[in-house]
Amino acid sequence: MDVMQIKDISPDQVVFWQWHFVTLNATIVFTWLVMALMVGGAWLITRRLSADTRMSRWQNLLEVIVDGMRGQIWEIAQEDSRAHLVFAGTLFLFILTANLLQIVPGYAAPTASLSTTTALAVCVFVSVPLFGILSRGLRGYLKQYVRPSVLMLPFNVLGELSRTLALAVRLFGNIMSGTKVAAILLSLAPLFFPVVMHALGLLTGVIQAYIFAVLAMVYIASASRARTEMEKKKEDDSNPSKR
Amino acid sequence: MDMISIIGFGSVVTAGLTIAIGAIGPALGEGRAVAQGLASLAQQPDESNTITRTLFVGLAMIESTAIYAFVVAMILLFANPFWDYAVSQAGG
Repeated sequence: MDVMQIKDISPDQVVFWQWHFVTLNATIVFTWLVMALMVGGAWLITRRLSADTRMSRWQNLLEVIVDGMRGQIWEIAQEDSRAHLVFAGTLFLFILTANLLQIVPGYAAPTASLSTTTALAVCVFVSVPLFGILSRGLRGYLKQYVRPSVLMLPFNVLGELSRTLALAVRLFGNIMSGTKVAAILLSLAPLFFPVVMHALGLLTGVIQAYIFAVLAMVYIASASRARTEMEKKKEDDSNPSKR
Repeated sequence: MDMISIIGFGSVVTAGLTIAIGAIGPALGEGRAVAQGLASLAQQPDESNTITRTLFVGLAMIESTAIYAFVVAMILLFANPFWDYAVSQAGG
Protein backbone atom coordinates (compact mmCIF):
# COMPACT_ATOMS: atom_id res chain seq x y z
CA MET A 1 0.00 0.00 0.00
CA ASP A 2 2.83 2.32 0.77
CA VAL A 3 4.66 1.63 -2.44
CA MET A 4 1.77 2.31 -4.78
CA GLN A 5 0.16 5.72 -5.02
CA ILE A 6 -3.60 5.83 -5.28
CA LYS A 7 -3.44 6.78 -8.94
CA ASP A 8 -1.19 3.84 -9.83
CA ILE A 9 -3.29 1.12 -11.36
CA SER A 10 -0.59 -1.53 -11.36
CA PRO A 11 2.82 -2.01 -9.71
CA ASP A 12 4.34 -1.61 -13.17
CA GLN A 13 4.11 2.12 -12.68
CA VAL A 14 6.27 2.11 -9.57
CA VAL A 15 9.83 2.41 -10.83
CA PHE A 16 12.59 1.76 -8.34
CA TRP A 17 15.59 2.10 -10.59
CA GLN A 18 16.11 3.04 -14.22
CA TRP A 19 19.12 2.91 -16.50
CA HIS A 20 18.54 3.73 -20.16
CA PHE A 21 15.89 1.24 -21.28
CA VAL A 22 16.39 -1.12 -18.34
CA THR A 23 13.61 -0.49 -15.84
CA LEU A 24 13.36 -2.14 -12.46
CA ASN A 25 9.74 -1.73 -11.40
CA ALA A 26 7.86 -3.04 -8.39
CA THR A 27 6.41 -5.98 -10.33
CA ILE A 28 9.82 -7.40 -11.18
CA VAL A 29 11.26 -6.77 -7.73
CA PHE A 30 8.37 -8.39 -5.88
CA THR A 31 8.10 -11.29 -8.34
CA TRP A 32 11.74 -12.13 -7.71
CA LEU A 33 11.19 -11.65 -3.98
CA VAL A 34 8.33 -14.14 -4.01
CA MET A 35 10.35 -16.60 -6.10
CA ALA A 36 13.37 -16.26 -3.80
CA LEU A 37 11.17 -16.77 -0.77
CA MET A 38 9.57 -19.91 -2.19
CA VAL A 39 12.75 -21.45 -3.57
CA GLY A 40 14.73 -20.59 -0.46
CA GLY A 41 12.02 -21.90 1.83
CA ALA A 42 11.63 -25.11 -0.12
CA TRP A 43 15.41 -25.59 -0.19
CA LEU A 44 15.72 -25.04 3.55
CA ILE A 45 12.89 -27.47 4.31
CA THR A 46 13.83 -30.22 1.88
CA ARG A 47 17.48 -30.18 2.95
CA ARG A 48 16.79 -32.59 5.76
CA LEU A 49 13.94 -34.90 4.82
CA SER A 50 13.09 -37.96 6.83
CA ALA A 51 11.06 -40.96 5.77
CA ASP A 52 10.49 -41.68 9.44
CA THR A 53 7.29 -40.94 11.33
CA ARG A 54 9.32 -38.35 13.22
CA MET A 55 9.66 -35.39 10.91
CA SER A 56 9.99 -31.67 11.19
CA ARG A 57 6.78 -29.69 11.23
CA TRP A 58 7.83 -27.86 8.05
CA GLN A 59 8.22 -31.11 6.19
CA ASN A 60 4.78 -32.05 7.43
CA LEU A 61 3.41 -28.78 6.03
CA LEU A 62 4.96 -29.37 2.61
CA GLU A 63 3.68 -32.94 2.55
CA VAL A 64 0.16 -31.75 3.33
CA ILE A 65 0.33 -29.15 0.54
CA VAL A 66 1.75 -31.49 -2.09
CA ASP A 67 -0.59 -34.31 -1.13
CA GLY A 68 -3.60 -31.99 -1.27
CA MET A 69 -2.61 -30.75 -4.71
CA ARG A 70 -2.16 -34.32 -5.93
CA GLY A 71 -5.61 -35.17 -4.67
CA GLN A 72 -7.18 -32.21 -6.43
CA ILE A 73 -5.38 -33.01 -9.69
CA TRP A 74 -6.52 -36.60 -9.46
CA GLU A 75 -10.11 -35.46 -9.05
CA ILE A 76 -9.91 -33.22 -12.11
CA ALA A 77 -7.74 -35.19 -14.54
CA GLN A 78 -8.32 -38.75 -13.26
CA GLU A 79 -4.63 -39.51 -13.66
CA ASP A 80 -1.63 -39.18 -11.43
CA SER A 81 0.85 -37.23 -13.49
CA ARG A 82 3.99 -35.69 -12.13
CA ALA A 83 4.16 -33.12 -14.92
CA HIS A 84 0.64 -31.91 -14.11
CA LEU A 85 1.51 -31.64 -10.44
CA VAL A 86 4.66 -29.67 -11.17
CA PHE A 87 2.99 -27.25 -13.58
CA ALA A 88 -0.36 -26.58 -11.93
CA GLY A 89 1.13 -26.79 -8.45
CA THR A 90 3.77 -24.20 -9.26
CA LEU A 91 1.13 -21.87 -10.68
CA PHE A 92 -1.04 -22.32 -7.59
CA LEU A 93 1.75 -21.84 -5.06
CA PHE A 94 3.23 -18.81 -6.81
CA ILE A 95 -0.10 -17.00 -7.13
CA LEU A 96 -1.08 -17.97 -3.60
CA THR A 97 2.17 -16.68 -2.09
CA ALA A 98 2.07 -13.52 -4.19
CA ASN A 99 -1.50 -12.81 -3.07
CA LEU A 100 -1.15 -13.73 0.59
CA LEU A 101 1.94 -11.56 1.11
CA GLN A 102 -0.35 -8.55 0.66
CA ILE A 103 -0.75 -8.39 4.44
CA VAL A 104 2.93 -7.39 4.67
CA PRO A 105 3.19 -3.58 4.62
CA GLY A 106 5.22 -2.13 1.79
CA TYR A 107 4.50 -5.05 -0.50
CA ALA A 108 2.61 -4.75 -3.78
CA ALA A 109 1.29 -8.00 -5.19
CA PRO A 110 2.89 -8.72 -8.58
CA THR A 111 -0.35 -10.44 -9.60
CA ALA A 112 -2.02 -7.00 -9.56
CA SER A 113 -0.07 -6.24 -12.74
CA LEU A 114 -1.44 -7.31 -16.10
CA SER A 115 2.09 -8.22 -17.23
CA THR A 116 2.48 -10.96 -14.60
CA THR A 117 -0.94 -12.46 -15.16
CA THR A 118 -0.50 -12.36 -18.93
CA ALA A 119 2.80 -14.18 -18.58
CA LEU A 120 1.15 -16.85 -16.44
CA ALA A 121 -1.77 -17.17 -18.85
CA VAL A 122 0.63 -17.49 -21.80
CA CYS A 123 2.38 -20.30 -19.91
CA VAL A 124 -0.97 -22.10 -19.76
CA PHE A 125 -1.69 -21.26 -23.41
CA VAL A 126 1.62 -22.82 -24.50
CA SER A 127 1.49 -25.81 -22.20
CA VAL A 128 -2.01 -26.94 -23.22
CA PRO A 129 -0.99 -28.03 -26.76
CA LEU A 130 2.33 -29.27 -25.35
CA PHE A 131 0.67 -31.66 -22.92
CA GLY A 132 -1.96 -32.52 -25.51
CA ILE A 133 0.56 -33.45 -28.19
CA LEU A 134 2.68 -35.36 -25.70
CA SER A 135 -0.18 -37.59 -24.62
CA ARG A 136 -2.29 -37.93 -27.79
CA GLY A 137 0.15 -37.27 -30.60
CA LEU A 138 -0.01 -34.39 -33.06
CA ARG A 139 -2.85 -35.87 -35.11
CA GLY A 140 -4.96 -36.72 -32.11
CA TYR A 141 -4.50 -33.28 -30.65
CA LEU A 142 -5.30 -31.41 -33.86
CA LYS A 143 -8.29 -33.63 -34.46
CA GLN A 144 -10.16 -32.23 -31.49
CA TYR A 145 -10.26 -28.82 -33.16
CA VAL A 146 -12.51 -30.17 -35.89
CA ARG A 147 -14.75 -32.00 -33.45
CA PRO A 148 -17.80 -32.22 -33.78
CA SER A 149 -17.47 -30.80 -37.34
CA VAL A 150 -15.08 -28.71 -39.41
CA LEU A 151 -17.46 -25.77 -39.07
CA MET A 152 -16.46 -25.47 -35.42
CA LEU A 153 -12.77 -24.95 -36.22
CA PRO A 154 -12.73 -21.12 -35.98
CA PHE A 155 -14.78 -21.20 -32.79
CA ASN A 156 -12.46 -23.71 -31.18
CA VAL A 157 -9.42 -21.62 -32.09
CA LEU A 158 -11.15 -18.45 -30.89
CA GLY A 159 -12.12 -20.14 -27.65
CA GLU A 160 -8.50 -21.10 -27.06
CA LEU A 161 -7.46 -17.44 -27.38
CA SER A 162 -10.33 -15.88 -25.48
CA ARG A 163 -9.96 -18.17 -22.49
CA THR A 164 -6.29 -17.18 -22.25
CA LEU A 165 -7.36 -13.53 -22.21
CA ALA A 166 -10.04 -14.29 -19.64
CA LEU A 167 -7.52 -16.15 -17.46
CA ALA A 168 -5.17 -13.16 -17.44
CA VAL A 169 -7.76 -10.43 -16.96
CA ARG A 170 -9.66 -12.36 -14.28
CA LEU A 171 -6.65 -12.72 -11.99
CA PHE A 172 -5.47 -9.18 -12.68
CA GLY A 173 -8.90 -7.65 -12.15
CA ASN A 174 -9.59 -9.47 -8.93
CA ILE A 175 -6.29 -8.71 -7.25
CA MET A 176 -6.10 -5.16 -8.61
CA SER A 177 -9.64 -4.41 -7.48
CA GLY A 178 -8.84 -5.75 -4.03
CA THR A 179 -5.83 -3.50 -3.56
CA LYS A 180 -7.56 -0.55 -5.23
CA VAL A 181 -10.69 -0.74 -3.11
CA ALA A 182 -8.60 -1.10 0.05
CA ALA A 183 -6.52 1.94 -0.95
CA ILE A 184 -9.57 4.06 -1.73
CA LEU A 185 -11.25 3.07 1.54
CA LEU A 186 -8.06 3.88 3.39
CA SER A 187 -8.39 7.46 2.25
CA LEU A 188 -12.13 7.64 2.97
CA ALA A 189 -12.70 5.68 6.20
CA PRO A 190 -9.30 4.72 7.58
CA LEU A 191 -10.39 3.26 10.89
CA PHE A 192 -11.98 -0.15 10.44
CA PHE A 193 -13.23 -0.82 6.92
CA PRO A 194 -9.84 -1.27 5.25
CA VAL A 195 -9.19 -4.22 7.57
CA VAL A 196 -12.40 -5.91 6.46
CA MET A 197 -11.65 -5.26 2.81
CA HIS A 198 -8.14 -6.59 3.32
CA ALA A 199 -9.51 -9.79 4.83
CA LEU A 200 -11.85 -10.08 1.86
CA GLY A 201 -8.87 -9.49 -0.41
CA LEU A 202 -7.01 -12.38 1.20
CA LEU A 203 -10.00 -14.66 0.66
CA THR A 204 -10.24 -13.53 -2.97
CA GLY A 205 -6.52 -14.11 -3.38
CA VAL A 206 -6.76 -17.71 -2.19
CA ILE A 207 -9.83 -18.42 -4.31
CA GLN A 208 -8.30 -16.85 -7.41
CA ALA A 209 -5.08 -18.83 -7.00
CA TYR A 210 -7.14 -22.00 -6.69
CA ILE A 211 -9.29 -21.11 -9.69
CA PHE A 212 -6.32 -20.25 -11.87
CA ALA A 213 -4.68 -23.58 -11.12
CA VAL A 214 -7.94 -25.53 -11.50
CA LEU A 215 -8.77 -23.90 -14.83
CA ALA A 216 -5.24 -24.51 -16.13
CA MET A 217 -5.61 -28.14 -15.04
CA VAL A 218 -9.04 -28.45 -16.67
CA TYR A 219 -7.74 -27.07 -19.97
CA ILE A 220 -4.72 -29.36 -19.92
CA ALA A 221 -6.79 -32.36 -18.96
CA SER A 222 -9.35 -31.75 -21.68
CA ALA A 223 -6.59 -31.41 -24.29
CA SER A 224 -4.58 -34.41 -23.16
CA ARG A 225 -7.23 -36.91 -22.23
CA ALA A 226 -5.81 -40.04 -23.80
CA ARG A 227 -8.86 -42.14 -24.43
CA THR A 228 -10.51 -43.71 -27.40
CA GLU A 229 -13.27 -41.87 -29.17
CA MET A 230 -15.87 -44.39 -28.07
CA GLU A 231 -15.18 -43.90 -24.40
CA LYS A 232 -15.26 -40.15 -24.83
CA LYS A 233 -18.55 -40.28 -26.68
CA LYS A 234 -20.03 -42.41 -23.94
CA GLU A 235 -18.83 -39.96 -21.31
CA ASP A 236 -20.15 -36.97 -23.24
CA ASP A 237 -23.51 -38.65 -23.52
CA SER A 238 -23.69 -39.43 -19.82
CA ASN A 239 -23.08 -35.84 -18.69
CA PRO A 240 -23.89 -33.33 -21.38
CA SER A 241 -23.19 -30.37 -19.09
CA LYS A 242 -19.47 -31.03 -19.31
CA ARG A 243 -17.72 -28.96 -21.90
CA MET B 1 -16.43 23.14 -22.97
CA ASP B 2 -12.86 22.57 -23.98
CA MET B 3 -11.43 19.16 -24.78
CA ILE B 4 -10.10 18.40 -21.30
CA SER B 5 -13.41 18.97 -19.55
CA ILE B 6 -15.31 16.94 -22.15
CA ILE B 7 -12.92 14.03 -21.76
CA GLY B 8 -12.94 14.24 -17.96
CA PHE B 9 -16.72 14.50 -17.79
CA GLY B 10 -17.21 11.66 -20.25
CA SER B 11 -14.70 9.40 -18.50
CA VAL B 12 -16.19 9.84 -15.03
CA VAL B 13 -19.79 9.41 -16.14
CA THR B 14 -18.95 6.42 -18.33
CA ALA B 15 -16.93 4.79 -15.56
CA GLY B 16 -19.87 5.06 -13.19
CA LEU B 17 -22.29 3.71 -15.78
CA THR B 18 -19.89 0.91 -16.70
CA ILE B 19 -19.63 -0.50 -13.22
CA ALA B 20 -23.30 0.16 -12.41
CA ILE B 21 -24.71 -1.59 -15.46
CA GLY B 22 -21.94 -4.14 -15.61
CA ALA B 23 -22.64 -5.36 -12.09
CA ILE B 24 -26.33 -6.14 -12.73
CA GLY B 25 -25.93 -9.17 -14.96
CA PRO B 26 -23.23 -10.97 -12.96
CA ALA B 27 -25.11 -10.25 -9.72
CA LEU B 28 -28.26 -11.91 -11.05
CA GLY B 29 -26.24 -14.79 -12.46
CA GLU B 30 -24.30 -15.36 -9.25
CA GLY B 31 -27.51 -15.25 -7.24
CA ARG B 32 -29.03 -17.96 -9.40
CA ALA B 33 -25.87 -20.05 -9.25
CA VAL B 34 -25.58 -19.84 -5.47
CA ALA B 35 -29.28 -20.59 -4.97
CA GLN B 36 -29.00 -23.63 -7.21
CA GLY B 37 -25.79 -24.72 -5.50
CA LEU B 38 -27.36 -24.46 -2.04
CA ALA B 39 -30.36 -26.45 -3.19
CA SER B 40 -28.03 -29.17 -4.55
CA LEU B 41 -26.04 -29.13 -1.31
CA ALA B 42 -29.23 -29.63 0.70
CA GLN B 43 -30.30 -32.49 -1.54
CA GLN B 44 -26.95 -34.25 -1.78
CA PRO B 45 -24.76 -33.43 1.23
CA ASP B 46 -22.45 -36.33 0.33
CA GLU B 47 -21.42 -34.61 -2.87
CA SER B 48 -20.61 -31.36 -1.07
CA ASN B 49 -16.94 -31.43 -2.12
CA THR B 50 -17.63 -31.62 -5.83
CA ILE B 51 -20.55 -29.20 -5.68
CA THR B 52 -18.61 -26.62 -3.70
CA ARG B 53 -15.61 -26.81 -6.00
CA THR B 54 -17.69 -26.52 -9.15
CA LEU B 55 -19.70 -23.72 -7.56
CA PHE B 56 -16.60 -21.73 -6.73
CA VAL B 57 -15.07 -22.17 -10.15
CA GLY B 58 -18.35 -21.26 -11.79
CA LEU B 59 -18.77 -18.23 -9.56
CA ALA B 60 -15.32 -17.01 -10.50
CA MET B 61 -16.14 -17.40 -14.19
CA ILE B 62 -19.39 -15.45 -13.76
CA GLU B 63 -17.70 -12.87 -11.62
CA SER B 64 -15.04 -12.24 -14.24
CA THR B 65 -17.61 -10.49 -16.43
CA ALA B 66 -18.15 -7.97 -13.63
CA ILE B 67 -14.39 -7.77 -13.23
CA TYR B 68 -14.02 -6.85 -16.90
CA ALA B 69 -16.45 -3.96 -16.38
CA PHE B 70 -14.51 -2.94 -13.30
CA VAL B 71 -11.19 -3.02 -15.15
CA VAL B 72 -12.62 -0.81 -17.88
CA ALA B 73 -13.96 1.61 -15.25
CA MET B 74 -10.56 1.68 -13.53
CA ILE B 75 -8.77 2.33 -16.82
CA LEU B 76 -11.18 5.18 -17.56
CA LEU B 77 -10.54 6.72 -14.16
CA PHE B 78 -6.85 6.12 -13.53
CA ALA B 79 -5.12 5.25 -16.79
CA ASN B 80 -7.17 7.01 -19.44
CA PRO B 81 -5.06 7.30 -22.61
CA PHE B 82 -7.24 10.10 -24.05
CA TRP B 83 -6.89 12.09 -20.87
CA ASP B 84 -3.11 11.77 -20.99
CA TYR B 85 -3.17 12.83 -24.64
CA ALA B 86 -5.34 15.86 -23.92
CA VAL B 87 -3.13 16.90 -21.00
CA SER B 88 0.00 16.57 -23.11
CA GLN B 89 -1.65 18.61 -25.89
CA ALA B 90 -2.68 21.31 -23.46
CA GLY B 91 0.72 21.31 -21.79
CA GLY B 92 2.79 21.21 -24.95
